[in-house]
Amino acid sequence: MANVVGSSVCRTAEDEGKPADWVPGGEKQTVVDPMKMFHELPREMQFITGSEAARESMRRANIDIAIAYPITPQSESMQQAGYLYDEGFIKEYYRAEEEIGTFSAISGASRAGVRSLTATSGPGLMRGMEAISSWPGARTPIIMLNMCRVINTPLAIQPDNIEMSFMLNTGILMLHAENQQDFYDYPLAAIMASEQVDVTLPAVVSVDGFFCTHARGPVKVTPAEYKLPPRDGWRSAVPAMDNENPPARISRDAPIQKSNFISYHMHASWQQEVFAAVERSAKYFRDYLGGLVEVINPGADDFIIASGCAVSQAREAVRQEGEQGRTVGLVKVKTIRPFPVEEILDAVKDAKRILIPEFNQAGWLHKEVCSVLYGRCDAVIKDGPRVFGGMTMPTEMILEWLAEFRKEVK
Amino acid sequence: MSLENLHPSPVMKEFLPVEYRDLIEHGPYTNRNGSDKQTVKVTDMGKFKEVIEEHPMCAGCAMTLFIRLAYIGMPNPEHTIVVGTAGCGRLAISQASVPFIYGNYGDTNAVASGLKRGLEVRFPNQKKDVVVMAGDGGLIDIGFQGLMHSWFRKEKFTTIMLDNEVYGNTGGQESGMTNHGKVLKMAPRGKFGDKVDALGLAKVAGVDYVARLAPTNPARVARTVRRAIMVAREVGHSYIQAYTSCNIEYSIPTPDVMKDAFEIEKERYGFEEIISPLAKEYLDDVEKKAKKKKSDK
Repeated sequence: MANVVGSSVCRTAEDEGKPADWVPGGEKQTVVDPMKMFHELPREMQFITGSEAARESMRRANIDIAIAYPITPQSESMQQAGYLYDEGFIKEYYRAEEEIGTFSAISGASRAGVRSLTATSGPGLMRGMEAISSWPGARTPIIMLNMCRVINTPLAIQPDNIEMSFMLNTGILMLHAENQQDFYDYPLAAIMASEQVDVTLPAVVSVDGFFCTHARGPVKVTPAEYKLPPRDGWRSAVPAMDNENPPARISRDAPIQKSNFISYHMHASWQQEVFAAVERSAKYFRDYLGGLVEVINPGADDFIIASGCAVSQAREAVRQEGEQGRTVGLVKVKTIRPFPVEEILDAVKDAKRILIPEFNQAGWLHKEVCSVLYGRCDAVIKDGPRVFGGMTMPTEMILEWLAEFRKEVK
Repeated sequence: MSLENLHPSPVMKEFLPVEYRDLIEHGPYTNRNGSDKQTVKVTDMGKFKEVIEEHPMCAGCAMTLFIRLAYIGMPNPEHTIVVGTAGCGRLAISQASVPFIYGNYGDTNAVASGLKRGLEVRFPNQKKDVVVMAGDGGLIDIGFQGLMHSWFRKEKFTTIMLDNEVYGNTGGQESGMTNHGKVLKMAPRGKFGDKVDALGLAKVAGVDYVARLAPTNPARVARTVRRAIMVAREVGHSYIQAYTSCNIEYSIPTPDVMKDAFEIEKERYGFEEIISPLAKEYLDDVEKKAKKKKSDK
């Protein structure tokens, strides 16, 4: 059989409704080594919204197919993806019927061996949860952007990252962007990590809706003429379903689909391997993001552990405390999965008090931190402060909680 | 997998199971010896190695016969991917030597949409056929939304409904394709609504090739599947609705399964094709060429 792979142009300019001399934007870009893109290329400062940062990230991500269903506050980014498709930076794109359809279709696309992107927000994520939770077991590298939003009644479109708690135990790689800059950088890193042979998992980059997606912030971007290397569908823990190589046995064997001792063992070992792959991804994120955490003021008595927007508020609290002559430490958790257990332990080993501010009612980060620090750290861990339903978290709130905490725990 | 990849290295050949060697030497694959013509016919059944042989289906299951015939009808099984969902059919489909994606409940037509588009991006010079083969419940009930929208979008793949008019795999509950008044599990007083007019919906949705049949005429099943896949390759979506009775839940004595198929066909499941002008033009062209090739020889 002749080599039928390699051409990235499926259709002619005429098919695309473009003038004959039209060249897809992606064809004009140069592939660059990911480490070079992340750490060496010159960067230009832009003052853009989180949605625009996502667009610039997608432009450089060498995406083959993007499928999404609009939902506030995600829609801004995915219509930008539409423009990128029209410009030829994304090769295939459509608006799906709703989220079960979206997340099923994107899993089909990933099984074809192409780089596949989707995006959603709170209720959309919950609607598609059956499909999403099956991605890791199917070993489908997919990049999903998640613009966090309230999921529960009363209905609201406001920022609240409660939906992230529902993904914690699915086997998906989870990153939480603090700001517009992270929402540019993290998707690129997540794509490269998710497609490594010893990982082969989907990845979701969450960002707090509106606060980041619809507000402008400084974003340093690499030159648009460079893009990530393409996905190689054959370089994968579970091969693509392209009928060019033997298919994965997960979807073949009747014994695996029925209730018997083979199926129990098969399922158990398969799931063990999924979660082991999550841990194996850590080394790539360390390289791409310069670590799974960022630590400010190591060795402090008082520590704040946070992810997402709460990090920005905590940074300001740390700065104001510093002005008062008090040193407060901060751990920014970049990767929720893999969870940076050793990094957190190391950062807070001498801490007395740990505060965990969150933008959700459940306090899922608090529970995560407690579960890894239990019995391994002497600090008292405070359950809050927490805001949700769209509320902001003023820096004063963190400062007040810190002051109260110091009185409670001497 | 593509035929070249199926071929073992010559030194390994003798160590492979005879079933595997048979599949390569006597399988239904095209492109053998550089020829693009179909190498097997339905009338040769029993004389070549089918891509599906062993299966755990009930004795006398008409669905199994249909599935075997459908695989024989595939124009290029070595470049085909089948997508399915929960139901009886997948127990057989998953045993074929054609890759099978067993997705979530009712997700077939969404998965196939992404898969087909992804394959077109990745293999611009090699047509890959995507075929959804799922039950009536999987398509018309739980998968309804995905089914309809794949039709509206004219996704270039084939949907085959294995219509046994019941949820066989979960133990005999009524489905959207069950006939009005039929007493089944979860319909203790008989089914309320009518059998969903899926053919009518397909027509309204603009599906380019629509066919209804019962597995009474093996050659016709294979030809219909082949036509549907060819249309999906070049023109638009295609849909086949096949009566594949459940002899267990409908209490059809095993020796009478084919008798039932003939009766139901005569009564309400006669062979029917609805072909769009564009698909007709394409099929005429393809079939004329094939005939000409034959007469030239």
